[in-house]
Amino acid sequence: MNGMVTPLLDIQDLTVRFRGLVAVDHVGFQVEAGTVHGLIGPNGAGKTTCFNLISGLIPPTSGHVTLAGVPLDGLPSWKRTRAGLSRTFQNIRMFQEMTVRENVMTGMQARLQASVPEILSRTGRFRPEEVAAKTRADELLEFVSLTASADRRAGDLPYGDQRRLEIARALASEPKLLLLDEPAAGMNPAETQDLVGLLNRLKQGGLTLLLVEHDMHFVMSLCDRITVLNFGRKIAEGAPKEIRENPAVIEAYLGAKTAERLTGDRP
Amino acid sequence: MFDSFFFSYQTLIFAVGVNGLLALSMYTVLAVGQLSLGQAAFMGIGAYVSTLLTLDANWPFAAVLLAAMVVPALAALLIGGPTLKLTGVYLALATIALGEILRIFCNASDLTGGALGLSGIPNKTSFGLIFGILGVALVGFVLVARSRLGRAMEAMREDEVAAGVMGVNLPVMKMGALMVSAMLAGLAGALNAHANSFIGPNDYGFDQAVTILSFALLGGIGSPFGPVLGAVILTVLPELLTALHDFKLVVNGFIIVIAVLFMPRGLLIWRIGRVG
Amino acid sequence: MFAQILQQLPQQLLNGLVLGSTYALFALGFTLMFGVLGVINLTYGFYFTTGAFLALYGTKLLALPIWLALPAAAIVTGGIAILFDAALLTPLRRKKAPELASLMVTLGATLLLYSLMTATFGTEIRRLPPGVISHAAIIVGAVRINWSQILIMVTTVVIVAALLALIRGTRFGLSMRALAENGEAAQLMGVNTDAVVRLVSLLSGALGATAGVLIGLNFNAIQPYMGESMMLKGFAVIIIGGLGDIKGALIAGLVIGVLEVLTAGFISSNYKDAVGFILLVTTLWFRPVGLFGRAPIKRA
Repeated sequence: MNGMVTPLLDIQDLTVRFRGLVAVDHVGFQVEAGTVHGLIGPNGAGKTTCFNLISGLIPPTSGHVTLAGVPLDGLPSWKRTRAGLSRTFQNIRMFQEMTVRENVMTGMQARLQASVPEILSRTGRFRPEEVAAKTRADELLEFVSLTASADRRAGDLPYGDQRRLEIARALASEPKLLLLDEPAAGMNPAETQDLVGLLNRLKQGGLTLLLVEHDMHFVMSLCDRITVLNFGRKIAEGAPKEIRENPAVIEAYLGAKTAERLTGDRP
Repeated sequence: MFDSFFFSYQTLIFAVGVNGLLALSMYTVLAVGQLSLGQAAFMGIGAYVSTLLTLDANWPFAAVLLAAMVVPALAALLIGGPTLKLTGVYLALATIALGEILRIFCNASDLTGGALGLSGIPNKTSFGLIFGILGVALVGFVLVARSRLGRAMEAMREDEVAAGVMGVNLPVMKMGALMVSAMLAGLAGALNAHANSFIGPNDYGFDQAVTILSFALLGGIGSPFGPVLGAVILTVLPELLTALHDFKLVVNGFIIVIAVLFMPRGLLIWRIGRVG
Repeated sequence: MFAQILQQLPQQLLNGLVLGSTYALFALGFTLMFGVLGVINLTYGFYFTTGAFLALYGTKLLALPIWLALPAAAIVTGGIAILFDAALLTPLRRKKAPELASLMVTLGATLLLYSLMTATFGTEIRRLPPGVISHAAIIVGAVRINWSQILIMVTTVVIVAALLALIRGTRFGLSMRALAENGEAAQLMGVNTDAVVRLVSLLSGALGATAGVLIGLNFNAIQPYMGESMMLKGFAVIIIGGLGDIKGALIAGLVIGVLEVLTAGFISSNYKDAVGFILLVTTLWFRPVGLFGRAPIKRA
């Protein structure tokens, strides 16, 4: 049957202009549910800007973003999170003064429903929700191997732990789609391996991931599909093997001569 | 002799309670990462509304207090509404503008007694009322702190953008905080008016707004107890050190500078937990 | 009665433009500081007071003529501005403190300074010595314009022109604009941000002081808290004009000046000060970025 599965994330013709500079230029791609999709490109290609557009931090000049068939256009970031989107940041935006567990519990904002009177009187949904939230937070901390640090001040964690905490916090909102902005940045090979394992487990659990990353090995081993950007435009898309051999991609990273030498094709 | 002793200190004790409420009002806004300089204006609105209702319309005190909370909250809605989507600087300036408009109108209008203000306000505030309300407010803050609201508040204060991405409903939180702060300040204004028998338009201006800020900055905003501590210290200290009395404003200004530059956490460094 | 209004209108408009020029001048320094340094510096109002007091000192005790006293007051105040920035704002900038921290620290400093000044000088109103500027007036058609008013308008025009020339036509101006766009990038490009910061502090201190001297001349009433009421009005001007925009500050200043005078003349002088703030609130409701401001962009 010619069944078209609705992609989980559908980006159409996304464009954003900052006073004369076109940072993202008519970019479009789809992410299928249950897959890991990579967004790569040289520095300045517009990858993080794309993330900011998708998560609602900056408004696009034109274009559409749809999540599970629901249009996200015009929605502020907190509404997108409630719709099932979640993300981590390139430069780790942790709530430094709060404890590790509190950080993760903050990620559950969208899911906790107790009303203000219930909170003030400690009745109704408050206690069960709070207990469940704490339990869930501890589960997530266990998943990212941070259980021992649960009561520590988040700002005191070493770098690699903070990155994992960010992921735990992003998972707390029970997203359908998780955006990861350079999750392996600054990690040593051992930590990166652990991260690959963690992300694979997430994928096996049915979560859809869209990630930006510079570590090519990381990208190639994890991703089912890759979109390549350069100067704000999409220049290639496909399975990792195709991308690895695509002359346009090689040119973007290494220059035209190298591309021609490696592939025998003029890009 | 003992009576006159207590009588002269009664004013001070009442002032501590009222300033404690004002400090909590400031805390509400600072706790979500905003800066409002309208606490004095909201206090003024509460004071004038309650006084006019008592003197001219003879309302029962409970209803008067309620009005003293509702009207400032509406003013907060009007002033704060448009600034929600803008950076924090706009709210600070808008609240300053509110204060100035209020001061000018109260000075000019006959309804509010003009520059002479309103006098002959009956004494309806009691020790129990002021500190009872303060106590209830503190309990309320602690309950809110240890819940999803408390986590949302601290997240917003640390990193508003990240908080939004976590799902915190930013406009509602900001507006809610502003309205609650207006209600507390209005209440403080009404209680104060009905303890001092006289109010004037120059009691609720820029200097007072900054003084209230100094309570919160001195005490620290890690928990609702910090600002109250700051209020107690800054209310009582000038009385103890009579030399400081005339330099109250100087001291307040100095404290703000020192606090921001060297003691960003204030005196009470303890941070209230955010798990229920 | 309508005829009477019409008859008075030109004079009132002139008075309004003169007053508006001082507001614009004051707001210029403020908006410059905000535009380039990104900080709402509340001690700015204090420079206004300082300028007026320095001019008072210069003309009374040193018997300087006004055309010397004014620039001298401006430069000295500019120096004070540099000191304040170094003591209060640069440490916060180094710590990358949030925007509101700068606002708060200058708030505290302002309170401190005004109270100290009041304690030292008292609150009584002082006047510039009578010989400082001629009170003769020229009559041009239906309006009467005196020398201090001419001085104010000429100074404003000259300063605005000089400022625009500086910003658009010199390398320093370019550095200022670079810093306003993106401080870190500017630094990486080799812009000497410390020097630019110092120059901008100097300029805004001088502008505030100039406005102070001119207002002192126009109304002949100098007292310590004059800067504070001016500051509050300055907020209105820069928000209505647009934060960081020079022509916005100019236009908004003139508009508020004219409206205030018209209100005082034709409605009631009790409410004239409210005009600016009502306009401010209206601006926030309908066009928050002001006449020429740009919407701020959030980034991750």
